Amino acid sequence: MFDFLSDYDDPTLLGAFWVTIKLTLFSGVGSLVWGTLLAAMRVSPVPLMRGFATVYVNVVRNIPLTVIILFTSLGLADIFGVTMGSDIFKTRDFRLAVLGLVAYTAAFVCEAIRSGINTVPLGQAEAARAIGLNFTQTLRLIVLPQAFRAVIGPLANVLIALTKNTTVAAAIGVAEAALLMKEMIENEAQTVLIAAVFAFGFVVLTLPTGLFLGWLSKRLAVKR
Amino acid sequence: MTEVSVAKVDAAATGDLVVLKNVDKHFGALHVLQDIDLTITRGEVVVVIGPSGSGKSTLCRTINRLETIDSGTITIDGKPLPQEGKELARLRADVGMVFQSFNLFAHKTVLENVMLGQIKVRKADKKKAEEKARSLLDRVGVASQAEKYPAQLSGGQQQRVAIARALAMDPKVMLFDEPTSALDPEMINEVLEVMQQLARDGMTMIVVTHEMGFARSAANRVVFMADGKIVEEAVPDQFFSNPRSDRAKDFLSKILHH
Repeated sequence: MFDFLSDYDDPTLLGAFWVTIKLTLFSGVGSLVWGTLLAAMRVSPVPLMRGFATVYVNVVRNIPLTVIILFTSLGLADIFGVTMGSDIFKTRDFRLAVLGLVAYTAAFVCEAIRSGINTVPLGQAEAARAIGLNFTQTLRLIVLPQAFRAVIGPLANVLIALTKNTTVAAAIGVAEAALLMKEMIENEAQTVLIAAVFAFGFVVLTLPTGLFLGWLSKRLAVKR
Repeated sequence: MTEVSVAKVDAAATGDLVVLKNVDKHFGALHVLQDIDLTITRGEVVVVIGPSGSGKSTLCRTINRLETIDSGTITIDGKPLPQEGKELARLRADVGMVFQSFNLFAHKTVLENVMLGQIKVRKADKKKAEEKARSLLDRVGVASQAEKYPAQLSGGQQQRVAIARALAMDPKVMLFDEPTSALDPEMINEVLEVMQQLARDGMTMIVVTHEMGFARSAANRVVFMADGKIVEEAVPDQFFSNPRSDRAKDFLSKILHH
């Protein structure tokens, strides 16, 4: 019944999911960093930074991811000649997809972290300033560590959404799971079975993520 | 604490450590500080009392610029309060602050709370910072709690840790913003005792409080505020036994007779 699965070797089923995992990991780390910076900008005392981050978040999170991913390839690469440091199409498109996913997911990470910052009592920042810490130190040493612990749950949601959103990279030809699924559906008869296999694959990726981060969230919760 | 050095001759000569001149502040339509003039000399313990909403907490918070002022000047050790930035951070390190709600860093242990400022602001090395933190925790009587998190301590213990955290910066002056108001009655004394000890050691202190007993026993001067103004200043004995203003008489009659 599952014979057809072994007919595919470029990429194989596992190979395609490995690309999905790599997309998720690179985009996850990237959007965590960029999203944290955006959140820092959104609470900074500098109006220009606040304005930039606010506009960025509100524009980017309201554009469909498909449009963003297509733009990285058709816009950035084809029109503006952005090659992401590689002439090999496969590598270039993978990196462009990561760029698009980071740009998009960071908006959601930013808002999750900002809501976490709002759970940290104002007195914490006041006490930090009162012992002479500057704005960056206050944010880095006192506010953000507590904010992160409060939003591990919401960030797990973002990460799970990101894992599934990597399927959009198929739109610019990145050979991840969804592209292989499309190819199989075109060639094979067992469409329901194929869909079930890929659905199961994603659950295997996301379910442990959610469970682990849920456990971590409880373990690291700040007691007040 | 030897604090009068040759470099600070000017400020030391006058002895004025904290000087507020014509300070005004509004919260929207509320004129919360009205033309405040107040001078605190080195080593002095000033207790600010007054009814709720009189502006005494706000006054306390303007001194390290947690609240900005609309007009007037505040100088600390001869230097005017700078704008938000590096200069201000440096100045805040010299002004210890103790809050009503303790505000210990919730994700750090008691020991880390007292070490953080020394390491990040004073650039002390870790070992020295820990030594000093432990001795300060010992001084305020919570040395045995050093490895715990703030939420595991009682309110009185937390507030004493907060005092140790402020002292770790070797402040020139300590601000206390209603330090015992959030405490259970049985824990108030343990905090007041630490403060009394500090006063005896010659620390310059500005204390906003409702603890009249502390004002009587530890203060050099009582400042009575009402409706955003300083209504009366006097030594404690004179203020409590023979207040001059009607507003102070009224206030004292309400709190002292039951």
